[in-house]
Amino acid sequence: MSAGVSLGTVLLPAIVIGPALVGALLILVRTRLVAATAGWVGAVTVGLAAVASVVPAVGGATASTDFMLGAELGVTTSGPAAVILPVILAVAALVLLAATATTETREARFTGLMLLFTAAAALTVLATSLPTLLLGWEVMGAASYALIGYRYPDRRRVGSGATAFLTTRAADLGLYLATAAALAGGTDLSLSSLASIEGGWRDVAAAGILVAALGKAAQLPFSFWLARAMDGPSPVSSLLHSAAMVALGGYLLLQVSPLLAATGWADDAAAWTGAATAVVLGAVALAQTDLKQLLAASTAAQLGFVVLAAGVGATSAGTAHLVAHAAVKALLFLAAGAWLEALGSKRLSTLTGAARRWPALGLLAAVALLSLAGMPPLALWATKDAVLAGSLEHSLALYVVGLLGSAMAAGYAVKALVILVSHQPDVAPHLDEEEPGTRTVSPRATFALVPLGLGAVALGLLAWPPVLESLPGDAPLAPAAWELAASTAVVVVVGALVASLVRRPSRADGRQRGVGARLVSWLHSWLGLEALVAAMVVRPVLRAADAAARLDDRVLARGVDLAAAVALRLAAATARLDDGFLARGVDRFSTGTLQAAHTTARGDAGLSATVSGVALGARRAGRLVRRSSASGQLHVYYLQLVAGVLLTAVVLTVILLVGSPR
Amino acid sequence: MLSLLVFLPVVAAALLLLPGVSDRWARWCFVGVTALETVLVVVMWVGYDSPGTGALAYEQQRSWIPGIGASYHVGLDGLSLPLVAMTCVIFAACAVFALAERQRPRLQAALFLALQTTCLGVFASADLVLFFVFFDLSIVGMYLSINGWGHGERRRSALMFFLYTFLGSLALLLGFVGLYVASDPHTFDMVALAADPPLQGSGATGVLVLGAVLLGLAVKTPTVPFHTWLPPAHTDAPAIGSVVLAGVMLKLGTYGFVRIAMTMFPDAWRDWAPVLIVVGIVSVLWGALVALAQTDLKRMIAYTSVNHMGYILIGLGAAGLLGDGSAATDEARRTAISGAVTQMVSHGLLTGALFLIAGVVWARHQDYGLDRYGGLATRAPRFATLFVLAALGSLGLPGLSGFVAELQIFAGSIATAPAVAVALLGILLMTAVMLRAVQSLLTGPVEGLSSDFTDVRTREWVPVAGLLALSVLIGLAPSFLLDVIEPAAQSVAALVGR
Repeated sequence: MSAGVSLGTVLLPAIVIGPALVGALLILVRTRLVAATAGWVGAVTVGLAAVASVVPAVGGATASTDFMLGAELGVTTSGPAAVILPVILAVAALVLLAATATTETREARFTGLMLLFTAAAALTVLATSLPTLLLGWEVMGAASYALIGYRYPDRRRVGSGATAFLTTRAADLGLYLATAAALAGGTDLSLSSLASIEGGWRDVAAAGILVAALGKAAQLPFSFWLARAMDGPSPVSSLLHSAAMVALGGYLLLQVSPLLAATGWADDAAAWTGAATAVVLGAVALAQTDLKQLLAASTAAQLGFVVLAAGVGATSAGTAHLVAHAAVKALLFLAAGAWLEALGSKRLSTLTGAARRWPALGLLAAVALLSLAGMPPLALWATKDAVLAGSLEHSLALYVVGLLGSAMAAGYAVKALVILVSHQPDVAPHLDEEEPGTRTVSPRATFALVPLGLGAVALGLLAWPPVLESLPGDAPLAPAAWELAASTAVVVVVGALVASLVRRPSRADGRQRGVGARLVSWLHSWLGLEALVAAMVVRPVLRAADAAARLDDRVLARGVDLAAAVALRLAAATARLDDGFLARGVDRFSTGTLQAAHTTARGDAGLSATVSGVALGARRAGRLVRRSSASGQLHVYYLQLVAGVLLTAVVLTVILLVGSPR
Repeated sequence: MLSLLVFLPVVAAALLLLPGVSDRWARWCFVGVTALETVLVVVMWVGYDSPGTGALAYEQQRSWIPGIGASYHVGLDGLSLPLVAMTCVIFAACAVFALAERQRPRLQAALFLALQTTCLGVFASADLVLFFVFFDLSIVGMYLSINGWGHGERRRSALMFFLYTFLGSLALLLGFVGLYVASDPHTFDMVALAADPPLQGSGATGVLVLGAVLLGLAVKTPTVPFHTWLPPAHTDAPAIGSVVLAGVMLKLGTYGFVRIAMTMFPDAWRDWAPVLIVVGIVSVLWGALVALAQTDLKRMIAYTSVNHMGYILIGLGAAGLLGDGSAATDEARRTAISGAVTQMVSHGLLTGALFLIAGVVWARHQDYGLDRYGGLATRAPRFATLFVLAALGSLGLPGLSGFVAELQIFAGSIATAPAVAVALLGILLMTAVMLRAVQSLLTGPVEGLSSDFTDVRTREWVPVAGLLALSVLIGLAPSFLLDVIEPAAQSVAALVGR
């Protein structure tokens, strides 16, 4: 074992545990010092983790400890993790740096949650086994709940966090199912062993993981939660909806691509879902009038390309696209956040000309948007073409749909770009609509975007064939010249078209009619998916819950009361028939018990009286039993036992009769 | 040493009843004894060596009622040791929380110490008569606790609890007598009965006698439809009464399933297994669904117990499906049992924490209404942190103990009975239940009764944080627990497979 490997083996767990511990402390410890320094502590912690991650990423490292189900709590940098881990940590560090520019997002609790989230995301990336993956995956989901709903006094935002958490957790159930399938399939639950499961359990495992990943990656039909997630503070979106969480849904599929392929159907299902999401959510993005909503829909659409790559087995291309998208989208969400802070609104109409007003920030955002549009030679152009080349190897139809997806990307990115660089109107509408704007952009926030901007330009190198082949996973053939020409042509034509449409002044009264308008409003509402889920799932479940609760109170509990009443009447009848001997004894006993109970309630020697009474009774009963059993008269013992049971039952009914307060 | 652990609390209780003991002294004595018990159990844990199938560690046997083959026989194995440890921890948490008790603290301390003996006694018993005596005495103790220190309709709730669970215990007794009659030579010894199940191969008789046992345990656990005593009992019980009731006493039922029903009626258990799985699934879904509709914090927590106990039943039921007898199936059955036992421990810790938190709410405003509060995250941040962590544990979030239990149960059960996958919806429903509670209590503007809600005091947050810390420990590093449970789970799986 070389020195580098052993250093990596030490650093790798520390990269997860360090931020998690610091995060937990920032949440739990409430001192003035912590409050004052939290933002910087967070940025530095994650920054150090990012630097440290280079060692295991380059040298390769694996570490594990016992966990559960015979599987290990293990981390490894083998596979795409070696590329993704440093990227996530670097983006997280930059986001936290930018977050220190705003009071709210440098609070200790916020920073702590971001650190917990980052640790969970790192664990998700590095996980070797299904239980480890679930640990990272679901803690990430829970942290996202707290982060999206960070403004706790605002119930709507908290509700948005709950929507995100519940939707993704519904999909996560697939991972539980996959774990069961892996156990039934006789594997050691490691992610690498899944493809070797035999028979039907392999299909179950693939289906479970596919659903879980599509949910996290906000692919169809789960996309709607991402729209609500935009209620969170901007640094949250910059991290959760660019490099981590959503991206990790795509990442998981890249990782289990061999499993998908082994089933013979899950790979096609993934590829087509990804391609469809790229197109449909691309159209949704095009219809948005709010910058963050546009970016969110674009995230789902861009992740569509990653999912497509996983489906067609072009995993290295998918990894490259994931990484390039992380830089681009983190930058754009941070820019959107800076403008929201300055102008108090994230509506595109309010942001008209914002890039001119803050040129440095504007330039960075413009570069990122051009990259997002797929403009050569920027990052996403190259990586997306690598994915498309992989899909062409698979099927022409898939390639065409993918190309349509890149047309949509060109459309929405250019739309945002044109609005941002237009001349500012004299009076911007909807200023300070969400919060009072500061009219300034912090230099620190802009500075944090510079490395991301470089990434948005240069990460396309990852798709350069010699580099791409060195990435973990299967590399597709390099795109042919005509493919590059085709995709470039699509970007230029669609971009020009959209630019001219956006520049044309909209109709004076803003009212539009007809099928086109209805389509736009349907797309604007994210296909109405949330309303659909509310109507089809949420409300019926709540109604069922109410009905169940009523049934529980009125029928099940009442049934018991009824049974008690019947028992009482039976007991009364029995007592009347009785010669009185039993009843007197019962009376005495019950009076005694009642008295004991009352005494206890008053709080004195009642307890000891009861205890000694019980003890005395037990001793007598014991003597009786011993006498009868010793003399071999077991039937006598049974009779006594039956009598005892009956006696107790009668006593209890009498207590019920006398003691019930009703 | 085990006998010392079991009887030390009741001896202390007796001393507390002596005249002249001050309330202050009684409170701290309660804390001291339960802390000592916890130390004792840690020592026993460290010294524990898995005794192997059919054997017990820390075993002790004395003649008691030789005429009916009953003896004072106690011992521990991988099923009971975790529950004994959990019981000690729960009572210690209760003792710290009860430092604030103003209502007859001396008597309450004595009662709870006596109650601790009965609970420990049930888990330690290796004789059915002894088991039954402790089992019933615990019911009496809890009755006195609700009746004497509860609130609301405490008398009615206490009585309902008592009658319902006592009648359930009579069904249990019927089953025990059936076992005794069938055994040859007649015995109540649990080790002997498990080694040579007397009703094995007896067909309908075994199924019927097990039916009586199952009925008794189902009432105690409780499972749907025998759960209706639970919500009123919890709602009107004092905080630490609820903690013991849910944390420890529900486990007397589930422990009975795995300790008595599974090992002493192997073939009848296999016959009952499909029914138990269905009852488990129904309990999981019904408990979560009804919890979702509750407006009273404590009732809501009570119904989540029905949900959590359902998981245990699913796991234990699935262990009775032998399937093709392959190695993978055997491992799945083992896993399901191990998950069920882990769930017993986990539920004790998490529900204990939740009920203590409910106790804090009650201490502030004598009102459990979820809609009466709001914005407590702003008003009482420490309270909010504890509540969120407990809620996340209860909804089965990885990193806390509930996940370790539930993933094992689901992985093992779905592998043996794929239909169990339906119950996965319970996880989702529980998420909704807990998020709803978190949102109505903690988020939104500070309103209603929240406006003068003081944050948790030391004696309130220390026990809650302690329980949650243990849950996190199990969630992240479960080996110390699973290493104890797994050999026992393997034994039970093998015994059921006979």
